[in-house]
Amino acid sequence: MSEPKLIVSSSPHVRDKETTASIMQKVVIALIPAFAVACYVYGWSALMITAVCVASTCLTEFLIDKATGKPNSVKDWSAVVTGILLAFNLPVSAPWWLCFVGGAFAIGIVKMCFGGLGSNFMNPALSGRAFLLACWPTRMTGSAYIPADAVTTATPLGIIKEGLDASMLPSTLDMFLGTSGVYGAIGEISALALLIGGLYLIFTKVISWRIPVTYIGTVFVLSMCFGQDPFYQIFAGGLMLGAFFMATDYVSSPNTVLGQFIFAFGCGLLTVIIRQFGGYPEGVSYSILLMNVAAPLIQKYTAPRVYGYEKKKKKESEAA
Amino acid sequence: MSNFKVLTNGIIKENPTFRLLLGMCPTLAVTTAAINGLGMGLSTTVVLIGSNVVISALRKIIPNSIRIPAFVVIIASFVTIVQMLLQAYVPSLYDALGIYIPLIVVNCIILGRAEAFAFSHSVGASACDGIGMGLGFTLSLTVLGGIREIIGAGTIFGISLFGASYEPALLVIMPAGGFITLGLCIGLINHLTSRHEQKELDQANQELMGIEAKGEAE
Repeated sequence: MSEPKLIVSSSPHVRDKETTASIMQKVVIALIPAFAVACYVYGWSALMITAVCVASTCLTEFLIDKATGKPNSVKDWSAVVTGILLAFNLPVSAPWWLCFVGGAFAIGIVKMCFGGLGSNFMNPALSGRAFLLACWPTRMTGSAYIPADAVTTATPLGIIKEGLDASMLPSTLDMFLGTSGVYGAIGEISALALLIGGLYLIFTKVISWRIPVTYIGTVFVLSMCFGQDPFYQIFAGGLMLGAFFMATDYVSSPNTVLGQFIFAFGCGLLTVIIRQFGGYPEGVSYSILLMNVAAPLIQKYTAPRVYGYEKKKKKESEAA
Repeated sequence: MSNFKVLTNGIIKENPTFRLLLGMCPTLAVTTAAINGLGMGLSTTVVLIGSNVVISALRKIIPNSIRIPAFVVIIASFVTIVQMLLQAYVPSLYDALGIYIPLIVVNCIILGRAEAFAFSHSVGASACDGIGMGLGFTLSLTVLGGIREIIGAGTIFGISLFGASYEPALLVIMPAGGFITLGLCIGLINHLTSRHEQKELDQANQELMGIEAKGEAE
């Protein structure tokens, strides 16, 4: 299959300097602060995990392009973003083969099997993580997230879930900065760093504010309703990473305004429900994946009326 | 169609699992290990041959309007026989397959072949069809079970392959892994078949062109 030479699309036609590659490069730039914190806290292993994941995603995409005779799509940087996001979702103790298999599944099965960029039905990085969690549960839960030389034995949300001594919890400020004694997947520990990256994306108009703000706001309000410390809940776990970088994936989220609000509210609701009642301490990845699957339906029911078509209700009353 | 062609038809060209997509329920449910796939496949084969032969022999007696209930009674009898034999001689396999043995009754391959083939063909041809379809089903279930067992448990027919350091990917022997493995297998086989068909088409075209060129020359 070759790329079509004549691309037919409906008006309005707007020419823009922005390309897939330039957008993806901005996402990579936005991920740098969180990466810096990860390297500061976890040292070389964070760098190694990210390198292996990116190498795996790019290699898989390159090989599948080669095998199917498609033009090389590694150049559009989306595989790099998937690799970094996957690495950010992995525990520090992840061995190299775990990272590699996760990257190959994310690109090979979830993205390329469904038709490549623009056709993945879920966020590839998150589904890679979910695959690894289902395959090797002991490597992806509990103490896997804690470096060997650390004092604490559980992630903050893990402590809350297990009902362990509350004095073991790091302070809210520590949770926000993420630089001392807060552990989790390598890219999610510093809310501040992710917030900087997320704001950069919003100001460069790569993403809109709707999904992250609604998502985090929903978790904030609902956590308050369940009697949890709302600030603690929004800084903990993968919420910042998920809300800014993964729920906003163009392909697997709705693109209507109302649809984005519904989508983000659903993500927030599911996250709080999983954190409160579920078996896992953290629910961001599963809630985003579930809403990814619901996105086409949300999109369908929130699609604006096509210009020139009457509203259905009006037609019925006229007929009556 | 000769009886030999009928036989091979079920194994490759109309493979019930990969080509006709029949009997998906046992395919996905029992292929967690190669031995389960093999056991399920062979049990189904026995039922399929028996029911095909009996239905074909009785095809002139069974009235058209009540043929489906008649098929089901015949199939259910064979399934009961197979179930009791398994329970008596291979209780471990009987436990592993569990509810899926009685469910062979509703396996759409069997009813499908009775309706599509045995009811309108001779006893000999129907027996060949049963053997071919049954072996095709057994083959694909064993392959699926083998792939899932190797990746998901690190063993094949219970023999350890990679030693103790291999950490099996649990998902592959869970239901989701069944769907993914089956999808990839069907995709691969469709790809190979389409390439093969394309080749045949090209060859036929070339021959045709050769004949036309000859005709023009004459």
